[in-house]
This record gives sequence, structure tokens and C-alpha cells, in this order.
Amino acid sequence: MRTINKFSMTLPSVSVNESFARAAISAFCVQLDPTIDELADIKTAVSEAVTNCIVHAYKEQIGNIYINAEIKSDHSITIKIRDKGCGIENIEQAMEPLYTTAGGERAGLGFAVMQSFMDGIKVRSSVSKGTTVILKKRISIRYSANGNQ
Amino acid sequence: MAVKIETKGEVVTAYLSGELDHHTAKEMREGIDTAIQVNMPTLLIIDFSDVTFMDSSGIGLVMGRYRLLSKTGAELHISGMSEQIYKVMKLAGIERLAKLDKKGK
Repeated sequence: MRTINKFSMTLPSVSVNESFARAAISAFCVQLDPTIDELADIKTAVSEAVTNCIVHAYKEQIGNIYINAEIKSDHSITIKIRDKGCGIENIEQAMEPLYTTAGGERAGLGFAVMQSFMDGIKVRSSVSKGTTVILKKRISIRYSANGNQ
Repeated sequence: MAVKIETKGEVVTAYLSGELDHHTAKEMREGIDTAIQVNMPTLLIIDFSDVTFMDSSGIGLVMGRYRLLSKTGAELHISGMSEQIYKVMKLAGIERLAKLDKKGK
């Protein structure tokens, strides 16, 4: 599959960057002409992944969040969100809905949202080395009235 | 202000605005909790009409307030949700805890 366009950024794990990260990805996605719903799905999933880096991977410390996005020739976007934080010991357990280690005000639904709103999710993690989440979504192709894409 | 409180008798309405994520949830949560402690409502309405984005931090906020209200047996309504917010709420099964109304209802 051909990569049509790509973009990367590195952000410190401060919570104000949650909105910046999803706004930046959202702006990059616009060239795929997504529907409002598709864009909302991507923004929500990215917000969850970035929040996980801030709340879980780096906890009380500040570290870098590495975000890479690629638009592919199959009219899809792949977003890789990587940290060099504490890592996840048991990925299967971390991905269970309602499971959280962060206490009462976190719902434990971050991975459930990513799974439900995207077409694909891959999680790789290594304890004390970090975590990589790869999100993929296909964007529907819309045709205008005269048949042009 | 990300949260505006209106009190009518035993009903407290919290009007949220802007984006609701982990970064903004704290201020909203504190505003709502102060209103609950001061007014001891029998019904809390959280109005999302002016919320432009919400991730699962919004679920945490709703679940936390539900737990707080259940101590006194008070009810919780969620109103003014956009399609995106409704979708996130449904994913978490919030309809089991609170009455849900979409925008314009």
C-alpha cells in the first residue's frame, strides 16, 4: 500500500496537548474528506491514546509523546502514538472495558473507545520501555453529483 | 467558565461548555460537586448542549457524579448531547445510570 502523505510531531505529556493532538490529526485528515462522524471518531480515539500516555505511561513525570500519521492509497489513515513510559504489563487486561489503574474519575474505557471508533488497533508494549498504539481507519469515498471524486 | 450552575428548588442544572477531556474535566467536576454539596439536589441535570467534543473523560465525570448522587438517592439526567457524545455515552452503558436526551429534545 502506497503512502500518499505523512506527518509527525512530538509533544511533551502535558494535558493541554490532548486537544492540540486531536486538532492537529483532525486537520491532517481533512484531505481525505471525512464525514463529521468519521472525523469525530478519529479525534476521540486519538484523545484516548494521548490521554493514556499522560495519565498512565508517564504518570507524575513529563515525557515525549511521538505521533506519526500516514494517509494510504486505500483511502485510510494510520496513526501511531508512541511513548517511552512505564509500559503495560498485561495488555489484554488493560484493554478490558472498565479496567483502570487510575482510580474513581477514570472510566477505564479508553481502549474500548479506540476499538469501537476505529477499524483497527494494535498495541505493543514493553514494561519500563514504553507503549505503541497503532490506530487505523478507512474513510468512505464520497462522490459529487457529476461523478467526480 | 466551563461550567455554569443554575438552581431551581431541588433541581440543579450544570451547563457544560467547550471540550470535555482529561485536561478540562477537573474544573467541570469541581464546579458540579460544589453545587451538589451546597444545594443537595434531588435531581441533577448535566446539559451538554454547548460541549463541542467529549472523550471517555466525560464518562468518568458522569459515573463519578452518579456515585455521589446515589448516596442521597438523587437522580441524574444527561441532556443536550450531540451524536458524538451520545455514541460515547452509549458505549459505556450510561443509560443504565441516567436518563439520556439528545440535542433538541
